[in-house]
Amino acid sequence: MLEIVLKKNLHGADGEMVLDVNLTIEEGDFIALAGESGSGKTTLLRILAGLEEAEGSIVIGDEVWLSGKKALAPQQRQIGFVFQDYALFPNMSVEENLLFVNKDKVLVKKLLEMTELSALSKRLPATLSGGQQQRVSLCRAMMNRPKLLLMDEPLSALNPSMRTKLQQEILTLHKEFGTTTIMVSHDPSEIYRLANRVLVLELGKVVNDGTAKEVLLKTSGSQKFSFEGELLEIVKVDVISVAIIAIGQQLVEIVLSSDEVNHLTIGQKVRVSTKAFSPTII
Amino acid sequence: MLETLQTLDLTPFMLSFKLAGLTTLILFVISLPLAWYLSQTQSKMKPLLEAITALPIVLPPSVLGFYILMVFSQIDLAFTFNGLVIASCFYSLPFMVQPLQGGFESLNKNMLEASYVAGKSRLVTMLRVALPNIKPALLTALIITFAHTVGEFGVVLMIGGSIPDETKVASIAIYEMVEIMDYGTAHIYSGIMLFISFVVLLGVYTFNRQSRIKI
Repeated sequence: MLEIVLKKNLHGADGEMVLDVNLTIEEGDFIALAGESGSGKTTLLRILAGLEEAEGSIVIGDEVWLSGKKALAPQQRQIGFVFQDYALFPNMSVEENLLFVNKDKVLVKKLLEMTELSALSKRLPATLSGGQQQRVSLCRAMMNRPKLLLMDEPLSALNPSMRTKLQQEILTLHKEFGTTTIMVSHDPSEIYRLANRVLVLELGKVVNDGTAKEVLLKTSGSQKFSFEGELLEIVKVDVISVAIIAIGQQLVEIVLSSDEVNHLTIGQKVRVSTKAFSPTII
Repeated sequence: MLETLQTLDLTPFMLSFKLAGLTTLILFVISLPLAWYLSQTQSKMKPLLEAITALPIVLPPSVLGFYILMVFSQIDLAFTFNGLVIASCFYSLPFMVQPLQGGFESLNKNMLEASYVAGKSRLVTMLRVALPNIKPALLTALIITFAHTVGEFGVVLMIGGSIPDETKVASIAIYEMVEIMDYGTAHIYSGIMLFISFVVLLGVYTFNRQSRIKI
């Protein structure tokens, strides 16, 4: 069991805000941490790793990592941390990167086999692709058999097919080592596939907490489809108005009533939902 | 000319290189922790320490030499080779600290944090992760410190004087040759210095270019 009670003043892009978190996480959980940039996700992760100061308490099992302002050094916390930019040691080969953490050669062999990296064990990080580097970084994080695995957008720099492959490997490692994992992610499909609990942070506070389905499925009531998008423009065509809305990578047109036009402002976040139609999937 | 070459006394050069070699070695040991500290600290003391470290760059060598001489004359270090080594360490300090600090600061912070999270202390992280990844900066620091110490004049003159085989280094020897109007020897000494300095700098820049391409 991991109990986290934290308070920390942050100087965000929009001025001061308070990271104020009170969480209990079960052992073996896979938590996805979502929320807009600047909401405090990375800071929360760094505080858990001991890389940033904070006030409060962090208790994991029978170990106290933070009590008041007294914090255990990151060296003493037995954690794994996977950075978005991999952060491998460029002067060491793949194998040496892993052995640097822990001299356990059997574990190195096992991890490299699990992630299909055995053939690359003597190579330097600079000669590997992004996906391979992130796999090495993941293996390195597992080398001290972490109680807590922290990942800060580990896959966001990779292409979609590599992501799917690595998501599977992350899940395998998470289960194999029985770690508690907290991952910052923006990708709903990734969150859905991996996490059994999703926390949404907004301005330093948890505003939504539940399973991936509860948090991510945006439909309410009897709606069949619901998408969140940004209103780009309202165009008047004869007597009606048409809204141009960006949903993900796509633009859609929606016919508006004059009543709706009055309530909308350009740039605002809107939800587009529909009920009665039967979609075809191609 | 040939006669001058045959009777040429190369001791000043030997002294210069011995002085520069020792200074570089001592400064490396002192500067490594200092540069690491400066690169990692967020302390309010940092500008103060940086300013003190950089002082020898802007201070006239005579000012530095004068203060050191005042202290050394009290403890019998003036006009000795050992005194010269210590004075050179003050004089060349920024040339060792600044490239190392710059190198450390350019490192990916996440990489260092990955090492801390892996349970490694700051010392182990500095020696095994930081230092091997700043090779160009390290080489620059070592070579420039060495070359700068070989080339120093003002401080050496004030602290060491010109005692043959003890403190008469190459730059002082050239000055003396000019004073006694032995331009032949001055030419040869100067030529040697010019050649060595150029080759050293060329070597550093070539290495740094190659390691940049490799990365």
